[in-house]
Amino acid sequence: MNSYTDLPLIEQAILTLSALVLLSSFALLAQSRVIATIKMFAWQGALLSVATVLVASDTGEHHLYFSAAMTLVLKVIFIPWLLIYQSRRLGILRDFDAVIRPGITLLIASALVIFCYSVVEPIQQYAASITRDAIALSLAVVMLSMLMLITRRKAITQVVAFMALENGLFFAAITTTQGMPMVVELGVAFDVLVATVIFGVFFFHIRDSIESLDVDQLNRLSENTK
Amino acid sequence: MIALTWTLLIPVAGMLLLALLSSPKVSGWLNLFVSILSFLSSCWLAKKVLKAGSFGGDQFYIDTFNVYLIVLTTFVGMTTAIFSRPYMQHEIEIARLTITRLKLYHASYQAFLFTMLLALSTNNLGVLWVALEGATLATVLLVSLYRTPESIEAAWKYFILCGVGIAQALFGTILLYLAAAKVIPDDGQALLWSVLHGRAAELEPAVMVIAYVFLLVGYGTKVGLVPLHNWLPDAHSEGPTPISAVLSGLLLNVALYAIVRVKMLTDAALMSGTDYNPQLAGHLMMGFGVISFTVAALFLHRQRDIKRLYSYSSIEHMGLMTFAFGIGGPLATFGALLHMMVHSLTKSAIFMTVGHASQIAGTQKMDHIRGLIETQPAVGWGLLIGTLAIAGFPPFGVFTSEFLLLTATMQSWPWLTIPLLLGLALAFAGLFRHLQPMVFGARPELQSAVYVNSLPMMIHLFLVLWLGLSIPSFLANWFDAATQLITGKALL
Amino acid sequence: MVDYLSPISWLLALSQTVLFIMAAPLFVNWVKRIKCYLQNRKPPVFLQSYRDLRRLFTKQLVLSHTASPLFRIAPYIVFGTSLMAASVVPFIIAQVPAAAMADAIVLVGLFALGRFFLALAGMDVGTSFGGMGSSREMTIIALAEPAMLIVVFTMAMVAETTNLSTIIIHTLNSPLSLRPSLLFAFTALVLVGIAETGRIPVDNPASHLELTMIHEAMLLEYSGRHLALMEFAAHIKLMIYAVLIANLFIPWGIVTDTTFINILIAVIAITFKLAILGIILAAGETAVAKMRIFKVPTFLAVAFTIALVGMLSAIILEAD
Repeated sequence: MNSYTDLPLIEQAILTLSALVLLSSFALLAQSRVIATIKMFAWQGALLSVATVLVASDTGEHHLYFSAAMTLVLKVIFIPWLLIYQSRRLGILRDFDAVIRPGITLLIASALVIFCYSVVEPIQQYAASITRDAIALSLAVVMLSMLMLITRRKAITQVVAFMALENGLFFAAITTTQGMPMVVELGVAFDVLVATVIFGVFFFHIRDSIESLDVDQLNRLSENTK
Repeated sequence: MIALTWTLLIPVAGMLLLALLSSPKVSGWLNLFVSILSFLSSCWLAKKVLKAGSFGGDQFYIDTFNVYLIVLTTFVGMTTAIFSRPYMQHEIEIARLTITRLKLYHASYQAFLFTMLLALSTNNLGVLWVALEGATLATVLLVSLYRTPESIEAAWKYFILCGVGIAQALFGTILLYLAAAKVIPDDGQALLWSVLHGRAAELEPAVMVIAYVFLLVGYGTKVGLVPLHNWLPDAHSEGPTPISAVLSGLLLNVALYAIVRVKMLTDAALMSGTDYNPQLAGHLMMGFGVISFTVAALFLHRQRDIKRLYSYSSIEHMGLMTFAFGIGGPLATFGALLHMMVHSLTKSAIFMTVGHASQIAGTQKMDHIRGLIETQPAVGWGLLIGTLAIAGFPPFGVFTSEFLLLTATMQSWPWLTIPLLLGLALAFAGLFRHLQPMVFGARPELQSAVYVNSLPMMIHLFLVLWLGLSIPSFLANWFDAATQLITGKALL
Repeated sequence: MVDYLSPISWLLALSQTVLFIMAAPLFVNWVKRIKCYLQNRKPPVFLQSYRDLRRLFTKQLVLSHTASPLFRIAPYIVFGTSLMAASVVPFIIAQVPAAAMADAIVLVGLFALGRFFLALAGMDVGTSFGGMGSSREMTIIALAEPAMLIVVFTMAMVAETTNLSTIIIHTLNSPLSLRPSLLFAFTALVLVGIAETGRIPVDNPASHLELTMIHEAMLLEYSGRHLALMEFAAHIKLMIYAVLIANLFIPWGIVTDTTFINILIAVIAITFKLAILGIILAAGETAVAKMRIFKVPTFLAVAFTIALVGMLSAIILEAD
């Protein structure tokens, strides 16, 4: 325990921000208002950008500044704006997507965090020391986003969960290897952008075909009926 | 390098042009023309590789394995474009599609081919991921092209499930980069497959194993391995027929190629005496493969939609291929490579026929499709021969590859031949039990023939027959060189 | 260091406890005054809480004839546990002779004991309000206790002890650090404290409506000095939580080296901290509406999750 206080303040700040990102994942799981979900996703992106900037200044990897800027523009400004714009046009911005059983969901989420920690333990020693401990948290963010995807019924919140999944992967890239090669990061960002645009187009198709954005109602194709 | 640049740029140019053109007739012909050019360019590329050996620089690397898949992709892309031109013309005429959507269709078709070619030719494992995700994105809107509730549901499931699955693969790639960065100090080189393959023995086994599991689960979702296959029957059955053909015939192969590339790295990393079973990667693939082909064979019997039936057949065959690549020896790998080719050709031919069959009957439900041979012999016989081929009847090529797989299983894992034979038999029974009334039943009153362009289908089936009877020697040597690459030992 | 044999230190401990008890109603009154200022009402007189208690002490007892002996003993037990808890919480001096007993788990146990008797007393007379209050209280506590304990464990993992005094001294001695685990523990402790002391948004201390009262429901049948003791115990509990939050996480000012100047500084420091906390509590209560009772479990699940994330951060991020 005492060696934690020996770490420079900037590294402590990075770890604190990582913990806050994990907390924002939990918060995303428990939110039932659509606006609040999108805003919490934007906050998660903001926390990630700040953490990336701190890692960049601590390790001296300057390409991370660019990644942080890209995350800021894409995940904090553009994608939330696009989602809010689409939601307003579809009239679902003030909707609720009730979480089925928040208590049990939060407990399962906690169990997932512990599971991720045990999965990642054998490889933690191979990562750079600053962010070594945060690898488990990044995998946990990925898993929690998948849990959110399963427990949600409206298309818009499922899309936010999908984007949070990408956030978790970006976070994993930062903590494990201090970012990926630039060409890969650009490619991933491009994919995320195109995915968001296609999602946006999709919402209109869904709404036009089944008159609602409740994904639970997309259940015609199953082994029983076909 | 010029051949490679041309091969990659032609689909891009095609995509841009097709996004601008409005006339459906011209789009159809342009799509066909671009696809023919792609195929010719890839043949040129293949000739170069076969003569001079693997080449490539930093970001691209062409060896006998991926150039084979590049040629296969562009070939099936070309024949499907031949089929798609009149088929989509018909769809416009019966007002099932609008002109804007046809524009989207053509542009996305070329974009899809581009992403697959990029995935096959890239040396950078990160770019491989980007390209595969790009392939998903290019086809999502195509699956929901008809805008029915079912197709939208299928596209949504496809998007979300494949997206989540491939996110696992990204995490695996990150872990791979972690292992690589230790061994290869230069950041830009650390994700290059050719560089990694040379130094794979130095990669840390603990990290590689976890990375491999994530990559297998991630790319395995796109291959359609059970239990990650839920999106496949929906996506392949709801889109327009040419899209079903290319999805089944091509995308699954590319995803499997990605897994095999990573397996090659993992095998080399685990070989240097560690706590881990050096065959772990192969065993995992075999496990997924067995589960896939068994479950798919069982599900075949329950199907009531014709396209879903053949989608499950795709899952079964991808399971067989995964199983074969998992066994790993030269015999099994040669069989798997051959199987990739014959499955692509046969499955796309089947889907083309199925498309026509559903046009004749006006529905995709097998209960309402009857008397195909009577109504239109080309379609009926095509479907019958195609199903015979895919079920593994001699003298078709599928029989040869399955026989090779069986022999390899008997050599290394004798007790697994029983589940293998059982799976094959179950699939055979499932296919024919549904096929027989469709093809031979009594012809309903109002059913009439439609315009059928049977050329692509006949070319495919002829090729499969030829491969079954006697594999031409240049092709056999080609496969052998690829086998040598993958397993380190040649077969012939 | 603690000198168990010195009568001075025992005297200091005693006077610290007396000061604590005496200051508790003042703190509650401070919170009420700030709320009144924020809500544009006329605030009560500065010493109003003392006057209320004195009035209650002098009033006649009215007991139901269905009340058992437990009903008569319960106020004393509840007050007694609060008194003991007050004596172990480091208020002005970090290390008093009672410090050896000042274990966080002992504190939780003392609260549990008091609450147990309070709930029994609520059910004792047989009225529906009392039973309802007890059952609601027990539900809330069943969810708040685990969160509280996880906060305790988190702090114990950081300071390597569960003794409150040792934790404070450890925090004073270690360099300024930004620990996510303590950040989350702080947040969770605040949320749990709100639940345990019965403040808005969990329970309204000023309400006597059936739909909204929990703590008040259990006290409904009490009168005279019994009611005075129960109310006093509730004031002390709020004070304890406030002092814990102030001293465990922001301990600077507390006396480690017992000199007169240091004690004076500590008194000023703790008064200042409590004043700020009182303002924040009052502002929070004014800004947030009381939650519906069936939503309280979700609130506590959130507190539990935050506490759990704090503990996980301590294990994952801060362990060697």
